[in-house]
Amino acid sequence: MPLQAIAFYVLAAVTVFAAVAVVFARNPVHSVLFLITTFFSAAGLFVLMGAEFLAMMLVVVYVGAVAVLFLFVVMMLDVDFASLRQGFARYLPLGALVAAVLTVEMVIVAADVAHLGAAASSTGPATPSAVMTNVEAIGAVLYTDYVYVFQAAGLVLLVAMIGAIVLTLKHRPGVKRQSVAAQMARTPKAGVRMVTINSGEGVDA
Amino acid sequence: MESFWTSPAGWTLLTVGQILAVLIWILLSLAFLLLADRKIWAGVQLRKGPNVVGPFGTLQSFADFFKFVLKEIVIPAGADKTVFILAPLVSFTLAFAAWAVMPLAPGWTVANINVGVLYLFAISSLGVYGIIMGGWASNSKYPFLGSLRSAAQMVSYEVSIGFVIVTVILLTGTLNLSQIVAHQAGGFWHWNVLGGGGLAGLPMALVMIPMSVIFFISALAETNRPPFDLPEAESELVAGYQVEYSSTPYLLFMIGEYANIVLMCGLISVLFFGGWQAPFPTPFLAHWAPTAASFFGFFWFFSKIIFFFFMFAMVKAIVPRYRYDQLMRLGWKIFLPTSLVAVVLVAAWRVFGPGAGA
Repeated sequence: MPLQAIAFYVLAAVTVFAAVAVVFARNPVHSVLFLITTFFSAAGLFVLMGAEFLAMMLVVVYVGAVAVLFLFVVMMLDVDFASLRQGFARYLPLGALVAAVLTVEMVIVAADVAHLGAAASSTGPATPSAVMTNVEAIGAVLYTDYVYVFQAAGLVLLVAMIGAIVLTLKHRPGVKRQSVAAQMARTPKAGVRMVTINSGEGVDA
Repeated sequence: MESFWTSPAGWTLLTVGQILAVLIWILLSLAFLLLADRKIWAGVQLRKGPNVVGPFGTLQSFADFFKFVLKEIVIPAGADKTVFILAPLVSFTLAFAAWAVMPLAPGWTVANINVGVLYLFAISSLGVYGIIMGGWASNSKYPFLGSLRSAAQMVSYEVSIGFVIVTVILLTGTLNLSQIVAHQAGGFWHWNVLGGGGLAGLPMALVMIPMSVIFFISALAETNRPPFDLPEAESELVAGYQVEYSSTPYLLFMIGEYANIVLMCGLISVLFFGGWQAPFPTPFLAHWAPTAASFFGFFWFFSKIIFFFFMFAMVKAIVPRYRYDQLMRLGWKIFLPTSLVAVVLVAAWRVFGPGAGA
């Protein structure tokens, strides 16, 4: 299908360009915006592969929530890139080493996929049949074969969330808080005091 | 002829035509809905509202359109120019992109995809970027405060919207919007707001009526409408993220905002109030021509959208603005737990209730 090929090359080009721009942008906010573009076009690539559920989840979770918080933090922080760049030459060898290891790993994985996966996926992307949609296929696997692992992942997230709350929760004494129940329960009897004021005397507190 | 429309060129032409049709329909309806919004608001306040341009002011929106388009675009000197221009475009584009999956009538959908609900949810969660980018790029204090508020607000209310959508998905068992609508056929007692299972499903109305109310209120927050218009609260932030915007960029923001509002109205009617289903059983439609049946469905869908838009306008006229901490309390301490319990209840109903496993 030529349309799919066009869509693939456009999305892939945008993904690669935006990913490079994330690193090279001078303004940290621009970096985050390029990161969002990368996520979004990666979601488009997922759709092309027939994994529309994963694509939508990528957009909802990463672009819609996580990246918003990224952007939030980066906008609030005044990141000075000039000072960050000072140690560039010192950390260059270590960074280059990490990059080299990652590159080798990616080449190995890609070669393996090209070698083994080519035969398996010769019939096109592994789209579930018309009987079963993408979502149903993932749900059927996630809630049957991997249900315990799935629940464990949920528990890990819950623990992380509680940990974050415990770390940031501060009980300050003497803070006036709104108690909606108390406000709603107020009656004219409790809230209003009828006073007869004599002229020239004022109201006693 | 058949083969042409299925060939790549024909398919592209057809899709572009459909997109244009939907786009023009929305833009035209928006012109009059905007006017209706102002008229309703004026009516509540015992004013007349716009009544000069055209009979009863019906052409007011077009006059405003030309006023905005013909004015000069002012870009502040300290602004980040690219992002500043990009922000309203993002807002506008996303607001209209979401309409792609909306089932307007039987068989009338630009893209009838299997994950339609998720697509809508994803696109509406992206809408916040237009506001954040606009507020940040203005390089000014009030817009920035507005965009920060908006980021926190929209992320908070998305959570409860997500859970409310999950209850509907559990009831109907599909993520496809057209199938969600088709599931509610057969009269208003089959609508999801009343349990979605006909008379046998009525007990679920106890859960689904509050869910539709939560969805409506969260939709108000998600679209930055009063009483949740904190990102642009004019008494606190002048106009929030829009302060520095003028002319066409401002117009794009405003059209995007209203397109989102109408989208939310459409989403409420699709998820809870039967979409293009008539409120009574329609066995006679089987004898109608498909096009006539489509127009019949479209009439109901449009009527429901107008009804919910009227509700949005009334809320704007009647309810005072929330304070920021009240907004957060409502979202996280009330809506989130309530909708979570509702998800559990609906899931239990689907497993243990009558018609389980269906």
